[in-house]
Amino acid sequence: MKLLIASGKGGTGKTTVAVNLALAMAEKKIQLLDCDVEEPNAHLFLNPEYSSEVEIGIPVPSVDYSKCNFCGRCAEVCMFNALAVLKDQVMVLRELCHGCGSCAYLCPQKAIHEIECPIGQVEAGKAYQLDFIHGRLNPGEAMSPPLINAVKKAAAVDRITIIDAPPGTSCPVVSAAAGCDYCLLVTEPTPFGLNDLDLAYQMVLKLGTPAGVLINRCDIGDCAVEDYCNNNGLPLLYKIPWDMDLARLYARGEPVVLHIPVWKDRFREIFFHIQAARKVAMRR
Amino acid sequence: MKLAVCAKGEGLSAQVDERFGRCIFFVIVDTENEESVVSIRNSNADAAGGAGPQAAQLLAGVGADAVALGNVGPNAAEALKTAKIEVFTGIVGTVANVVQQFREGKLVLLTEATVPSHAGMKNRRGGKG
Ligand code: SF4
Ligand code: SF4
Repeated sequence: MKLLIASGKGGTGKTTVAVNLALAMAEKKIQLLDCDVEEPNAHLFLNPEYSSEVEIGIPVPSVDYSKCNFCGRCAEVCMFNALAVLKDQVMVLRELCHGCGSCAYLCPQKAIHEIECPIGQVEAGKAYQLDFIHGRLNPGEAMSPPLINAVKKAAAVDRITIIDAPPGTSCPVVSAAAGCDYCLLVTEPTPFGLNDLDLAYQMVLKLGTPAGVLINRCDIGDCAVEDYCNNNGLPLLYKIPWDMDLARLYARGEPVVLHIPVWKDRFREIFFHIQAARKVAMRR
Repeated sequence: MKLAVCAKGEGLSAQVDERFGRCIFFVIVDTENEESVVSIRNSNADAAGGAGPQAAQLLAGVGADAVALGNVGPNAAEALKTAKIEVFTGIVGTVANVVQQFREGKLVLLTEATVPSHAGMKNRRGGKG
């Protein structure tokens, strides 16, 4: 199973849920991937011991002016507006380039070669019994999808994978969601939570990934999120009440399942709900 | 000299558009011969990113020598410089007004960006990648 833990925005408890779920099920050969490469924070709860660190880069075009005739073809084929052909120079907009290679491939003069440009690192290791992998995007770097893909590629294929998604609903989450077979949407019962849940649900609908909802701090707001789930046929899998122990341990950067047995049981229950919901969704 | 004016519509009577990369039209006027007016739709006005340098490429392609605009970001400013297109700012009113101001030397020659990156984008939240 490849499970994505996502939310329309940050701060809903997405990482807490991902970390505790993984730890609660750790005896089952679980790997946890933190795909929030812009602000990875799962490691803060896990203090993993890393066994590998790999530099990741993307191939960025470089133009050989002894061959280029400024025909403009490269700028035409770039879907990301990362190239502009300006009289006697080709401007490469590094922060827009996705490293897709189209320009080099299609340049009629073969004037473009690619230089590897570093964007971040993938670190892998162990935490408790978990396999843990995350990516760190270099400061100021805008292109996170290739690094997210590298994190996912570093994962083993033969085990349960839990992915802590980046917040939001744009390209980075879509990269994290690719290939996942279920998505747990973590939200809060507030108007903001509802708004973000709606955006996140529209996204998974588009991706075709079956999804269920977990409401965190379920007793702080109203019932609009529950109504939303009912009206959209979106399974509401679990509700976590606000809890002093959870908040206190969170503030200390410690996973609650390692300290309070009843929370371990709760997270195992959440996991079984997810498995069951996934089975139902697969039968459809 | 071929002067490109950022505009909301076509022709000399169109209102100017403050934005460079995301203006709707470029009205290109030969400042020595006002009969020669060409209006080009800015095909990148709605681009997700990189509209400024693409607009500079468009202007380089039609052989503009100068552009009159309201605001320009750093990437676009650099692209215009690379394309050796002079940048004038301080535009108000219609394209015809701007051409008049240009002739009277009332436009301000710019050497760097007036706004940070992406300032012309309507939706500035998210949208990366
Ligand atoms: S496609 Fe190749 S030859 Fe044409 S402008 Fe680009 S780099 Fe130069
Ligand atoms: S590698 Fe792809 S994204 Fe980068 S400049 Fe070339 S065509 Fe554009």
